[in-house]
Amino acid sequence: MSTRHFLPLLALLLLLFVPMAAPGLQILLTLALAKAIAVMGVTLLLRAGQVSFGHALFFGISAYAAAFIAATSLDDLVLLLIAGTAGAALSGLLVGLFVVRYRGIFFGMLNLAFSMIFWSILEKFYHYTGGADGLRLPRPTVLGLSLDRAPFELLLFYLTLALTIGLGWFTLRFLGSPIGQLFQTVKTNETRLEYLGVSARTTLLKGYVLSAALCGIGGILVATAQGIVTPSYAYWIRSGEMVFIAVLGGAGSIPGAVAGALAYEIVRAYAAAFAADIWQLVLGVFLLVVILFAPGGLAGIYTAIANRLSRRDPSPTAHSPNEARQ
Amino acid sequence: MLKRTLLGATILASALASAAHAQDKPEEITIGIATFLTGPASVFGVPARDAAEMLVEDLNEAGGIDGVPVRVNFIDEGAGGEAFTAEYRRQVQDEGADIMFSGISSGNCMQIAPLAEDLEVINIMWDCGTQRVFEEGEYDYVFRTQSHATGDMLALVLYLLKTKPDFQTIAVVNQDYAWGRDSWEIFSTALKAMKPDVEVVGEFFPAFGAPDFSTEISRLSATRPDVILSTSWGGDLNTFVQQASQRGLVNQSQFILGLGESSLEALGSALPDGVIIGGRGDHYFEHPEMVGQENFDSFVAEFKETTGSYPIYSVFHMVQAFEALKAAYAKAIEDGDGVWPDDQALIAAYEGLEFQGLGRPVTIRAEDHQGIEAQIVGTTVQTGDYPFATLENIMIFDGETITTPVGESSIEWVSSLTPEFVQQVEPTTFD
Amino acid sequence: MDYTLILLAIFDGLSYAALVFMVAVGLTLIFGVLQILNVAHGSLYAIGAYLTASIGGAIFAAGYAPILAFPLMLIAAALVGILLGGPIEYLLLRRIYHKPEVLQLLVTFAVFMILEDVQRLVWGNQPYFESSALQMLGNIQVFGVYYTVYQLILLPVVAALTLIGLRLFLRRTLTGRLITAVTEDREAAQAIGIDANRVYLLTFVVGAGLAGLGGALASPTTSVLPGIGAEMIVLSFAVVATAGLGRIEGAAIAALLIGLGRSAATYTYPELQVLVPYLIMLAVLLVRPEGLFGSPAARKI
Repeated sequence: MSTRHFLPLLALLLLLFVPMAAPGLQILLTLALAKAIAVMGVTLLLRAGQVSFGHALFFGISAYAAAFIAATSLDDLVLLLIAGTAGAALSGLLVGLFVVRYRGIFFGMLNLAFSMIFWSILEKFYHYTGGADGLRLPRPTVLGLSLDRAPFELLLFYLTLALTIGLGWFTLRFLGSPIGQLFQTVKTNETRLEYLGVSARTTLLKGYVLSAALCGIGGILVATAQGIVTPSYAYWIRSGEMVFIAVLGGAGSIPGAVAGALAYEIVRAYAAAFAADIWQLVLGVFLLVVILFAPGGLAGIYTAIANRLSRRDPSPTAHSPNEARQ
Repeated sequence: MLKRTLLGATILASALASAAHAQDKPEEITIGIATFLTGPASVFGVPARDAAEMLVEDLNEAGGIDGVPVRVNFIDEGAGGEAFTAEYRRQVQDEGADIMFSGISSGNCMQIAPLAEDLEVINIMWDCGTQRVFEEGEYDYVFRTQSHATGDMLALVLYLLKTKPDFQTIAVVNQDYAWGRDSWEIFSTALKAMKPDVEVVGEFFPAFGAPDFSTEISRLSATRPDVILSTSWGGDLNTFVQQASQRGLVNQSQFILGLGESSLEALGSALPDGVIIGGRGDHYFEHPEMVGQENFDSFVAEFKETTGSYPIYSVFHMVQAFEALKAAYAKAIEDGDGVWPDDQALIAAYEGLEFQGLGRPVTIRAEDHQGIEAQIVGTTVQTGDYPFATLENIMIFDGETITTPVGESSIEWVSSLTPEFVQQVEPTTFD
Repeated sequence: MDYTLILLAIFDGLSYAALVFMVAVGLTLIFGVLQILNVAHGSLYAIGAYLTASIGGAIFAAGYAPILAFPLMLIAAALVGILLGGPIEYLLLRRIYHKPEVLQLLVTFAVFMILEDVQRLVWGNQPYFESSALQMLGNIQVFGVYYTVYQLILLPVVAALTLIGLRLFLRRTLTGRLITAVTEDREAAQAIGIDANRVYLLTFVVGAGLAGLGGALASPTTSVLPGIGAEMIVLSFAVVATAGLGRIEGAAIAALLIGLGRSAATYTYPELQVLVPYLIMLAVLLVRPEGLFGSPAARKI
């Protein structure tokens, strides 16, 4: 194992000690990691060359599914996770059936349309969805045990961390698998895919459902940590934020999605705390700087540094972070 | 790298914070105040923040609370869900806030109440109006220093039925979120209970922050309801009233603007005579019982001087939160024979507390921690004394009679009211 | 529903469509030429509105005639186009034309975030309302319902003139033809010596100016406050995508569809109002993925 794999692992290991060393950061990191899972979904699609400006749809669907179930007697974290993920995957399949016929900007816009319709429904059907104020999601039991806030949040943190690592690993495996390889060919050469006798649509659909499920899992975790779900979960700015984080981390890089989400949430939290009036401006400038001066995102920067440190390793440059760190 | 630096900073900050509030009488009282610094609701949040800064300065100049100076940190409610709750926790856990004032948005209040309970920090809901918080949950650490939606709406219904009893039809144009929906549910339930023959001819809930109401206004102009209610506020209300006024709708129908007090100055000459205005409590910069009292006059003058505007209800709500804080500490210190109160002593003091902001005295019910506050309702008139409309035919309703009794649901309670209730309530009038 | 109400709904739909078109047309022009979906368009709209409302408020308070509101709108639009549009294209977008679509979009998203806060720093949080222009033109009565001349007549007329003007500009003037050439085939146009950089800059300035003009025209009818840009931009996206990206006439038809659909919803089932634009967009895109008037993109093999 080279040094370039060592540092990310060390960072993950350090995260394990956050609840003991910096309890103040625990909830922030729970949210950041949950978002990282959602961003992996967006990143996955980026690998097929598609950008969705509506993936907050699945984030929102699973969060609301969780909130609806939490209001019944089936109020258990495991059930919420299963039902929410299933809801996101199912709606991913339905929406996916339509959108996989499109590419590029149309793919993005159609996703946007679906998410905005869902958002409008959430806003409008007040008596079911709580309208703009959303629904409360009371703290669920965990396998039948009802926990106080402190142990529950601790558990949620480790659960989120475990899911981040597990799902990140799974997504990398997916991309490395034959289906995943075909999936990425949608970006590089779709026609060749068809010549091989493989349906580009079906291939894209598989990845799309997986990406919807990932967004969904992120949505449930954020909703559970927050204790509330609101239509803003499905608003276009949230979708934009996910794409933002994916690009910040390094478009197409799964570890980059995690790094991006952590960096984004921390910058955002501290900007909101110390520059309450201009946190958006701070983030905007941050994003511009990354795109203009480090288009490979955090993953790209890391690869570049790692390359400089180990000259003998002739692998990727800053401009192709996709192949890095797998 | 950034991450680790911040991590270190946070550890350091939390260590310092926990060292600081170990003593009995603290060096200072830290208050975290959640208010809207960004977003549409900053029309309430920013004036309230200005007021809080003014109040803290005055308070500390006068020696603080029993000699302890007060420090405030502000949190932006407009930063959105995660950022807001994360910052709330940071204030409590890392900055060591002794007490929290939160917040304006009903949604945030519903979210914060259970959180404050778990974090064991006293939370004063200093502005939000949802009646649901205490009707759907019970909290030890959460208090409200003002009325809730039921009192706000009931006063309007009563004023309407007392001053303009002869009408048949009503329509509503409210913002599409909890306040707009809930306030209409309370208003319409109360109105139907006290005037069963009334007919609702239009219910419009345009999106929050809608830039244009032209279509709704055309529809209302064609329908011609006798009364049009709106509990909207801020930019939405200003836009709606300007457009309705321009197109003559205000002359066709009797308008009731539940939160109109907060937009009087902003609407300027666009607000015609004869519109019924409420102020979410007895909040008005020319409060007929308060004008002439030294503290009221000097506050209004100082606020106008500092910010360039007259105080609106959110400012008065902030004053109440601070007055309640002072009164609670004073009561707790007295009850404890001079010992600096811990959280439990302070909670005991807040329960049943009577204090006075810049209106009639307010009581916090011991049973459900709900504030009982009087309500002011008036009718607009352009007198020329100010470049905007002021109120005449003012009525002040006593808080006790129009607040949902302890343990009852607001909707059930108002639906049990009868037409006789209108005569039973006797507000103070002024000529 | 009787005929009067149908007519009233059409009037409302028309005036709304006119406003939406004014914003969407700049967006679609920019997309047509630069192939960039400009998220910051919403902010430029908001700044146009802010400039008009705040400067207007100041000069009318100083006693100047309200008729100045109209030239002021043009000035505000020009300021937005030149002082904001110019630098955004020249300093930012120019560096990223060779980058992937998503990065281009995110750059404008970043500009949007920055401008949202800049607006708040400059104009504060309190809403501005300055309707002298609207009041000056007065009302007209239709079937017993008062409409403002500004909304019922002026806005649709301005929108129609903008549409015709742009058509003439793009087809009859040299600059316009250069723009059209670059839109049709960027590489071929460059090959015959057209300075694409200049065309891009010009288009972006004009497009940004149109956003500013949209805001300026909307300002007398609405409260100008933080957040109006974010709402407007998704609506314009819906119009532009429904129309077919880059199609100016299409944007007019799509704006009409959305305007009429929206007012029909308000008259019959108000709760559906916010859903209408997106439903129309979805319905159109599902049947015609390239939009009503778009041409299917050539498939690159």
